[in-house]
Amino acid sequence: MPSISRRHFLKGSMAAACGLAVSRGAEAADGGGGEPLATLLDIRKCVGCEACVLACQETNGHKYPQPKKPYPKMYPSRVKVSDWSDKQDVTDRLTPYNWLFIQHATVTIDGEETELNIPRRCMHCVNPPCVKLCPWGAARQEPNGLSRFDPNICLGGNKCGEVCPWDVPQRQTGVGLYLDLLPSLAGNGVMYKCDRCYDRLARGELPACIEACPEGVQTIGPRSQILAEARRIADEIGGYIYGAEENGGTNTIYVSPVPFEEINRGSEYGPGRPHMEPVEDQMKLGNRLAAAMVLAPLAGAGAAISRMMRAAQGPEEDKTATDSAPDEGRDRP
Amino acid sequence: MTPSATVLGFPAYMKRLYAFTLVVLALSGFAQMPIFKRYYIADVPGLGWLAQYYVTHVMHYLGAALLLGLVAYAVAGWLAGRPRPRLTGAGAVRAALLVGLIVTGVLRVIKNFSGVYMSADWIVFLDMLHIALVLAYVMAAIWAAAGKKRWTTQP
Repeated sequence: MPSISRRHFLKGSMAAACGLAVSRGAEAADGGGGEPLATLLDIRKCVGCEACVLACQETNGHKYPQPKKPYPKMYPSRVKVSDWSDKQDVTDRLTPYNWLFIQHATVTIDGEETELNIPRRCMHCVNPPCVKLCPWGAARQEPNGLSRFDPNICLGGNKCGEVCPWDVPQRQTGVGLYLDLLPSLAGNGVMYKCDRCYDRLARGELPACIEACPEGVQTIGPRSQILAEARRIADEIGGYIYGAEENGGTNTIYVSPVPFEEINRGSEYGPGRPHMEPVEDQMKLGNRLAAAMVLAPLAGAGAAISRMMRAAQGPEEDKTATDSAPDEGRDRP
Repeated sequence: MTPSATVLGFPAYMKRLYAFTLVVLALSGFAQMPIFKRYYIADVPGLGWLAQYYVTHVMHYLGAALLLGLVAYAVAGWLAGRPRPRLTGAGAVRAALLVGLIVTGVLRVIKNFSGVYMSADWIVFLDMLHIALVLAYVMAAIWAAAGKKRWTTQP
């Protein structure tokens, strides 16, 4: 299978996607046939030049927070201000002003110590907990597989940050809807992260980081094709894939020449610096329990009918059933 | 079967189970908002789970399954009852609110499946309606309890 280059993307899948985008609006630039778009990051190619980081900032700068100071006093005191407005030049981690950074990992390849450079941003999960568990609907997922936050609705509670297996969303205090509600008592700003340049995609353009990369580290296309390409490269180099199964699957697929456990050991991670550990599907248990919700009413109705039938079989049973209805029995006229 | 003499009641243990289910649903439901940790409630020994979103998510689902089972029990018994008990006004209000809660809850469960996309406006509407119905049900339940109003009465 040919690799999916920027040119392929523009001429092929994007052509179809653009047609859909025109007909279905800004949220519809998908991979064709309703399939989400995914990105492939070939870690071998990244030289760490940060052209993608700069392009991201230039392209998405108008979306960055512009907080009003002084910030409201927060109650109770354990609620801390999260202010990155004076640190907008930080590029070595994720912040509300930096949605993509280059993570460095020291690994050993063929007995030689090597530094790998890994562009890190939102993984755009196939079933994103940040979107599905947002209590306000401020986070949304689009059919093309990207997830993003609505800064006009988000209250900055950081639930998305806590449920994200990679702790990607970053909060900025002093901006957003909470200022118009109960700024001292509820909310704490707005959450920010990579939106995979949803507006550029809707216009038929590539995400800025992909377009700006001089090394062609990233490609984008329908998820099935991206996965096939990732597997082809991995087979070819004896490499490893990250993101295909993590958290039930993501739309950001990394291919590495070394195991990701080694990358994880050789890199610095923590707040704003996502790990590359295996991640179970965080939504799986809940969604399995949904089956119980189908069975529960059947069990309830069955129990009622069974009890009615037993009660109808004899006067004693009948009496028991009737008397054990305290509400109805007591109040019956 | 002798339908003319059979009315299915709600045994006392089921009433307690219903109350317990509502408490679990209310706690785990409000815990979907980031408030329990902020306001130290999750610091109370035994309540730390209220600040763990995946735990409260699962608890809410379990509570919802229990509620659906109890509601189905009550509805089936009501439909099969001879003579069929009539819903009082207070019962009808609470039943309508429960139906609304169940419908919006089920839609939210469906939303959480992988590959299900709902428009942002629709999700916001569902979320707000679910919360509004909860608050309305709490008020209706307090009103019914204060006035000792029953769910049903015999024809």
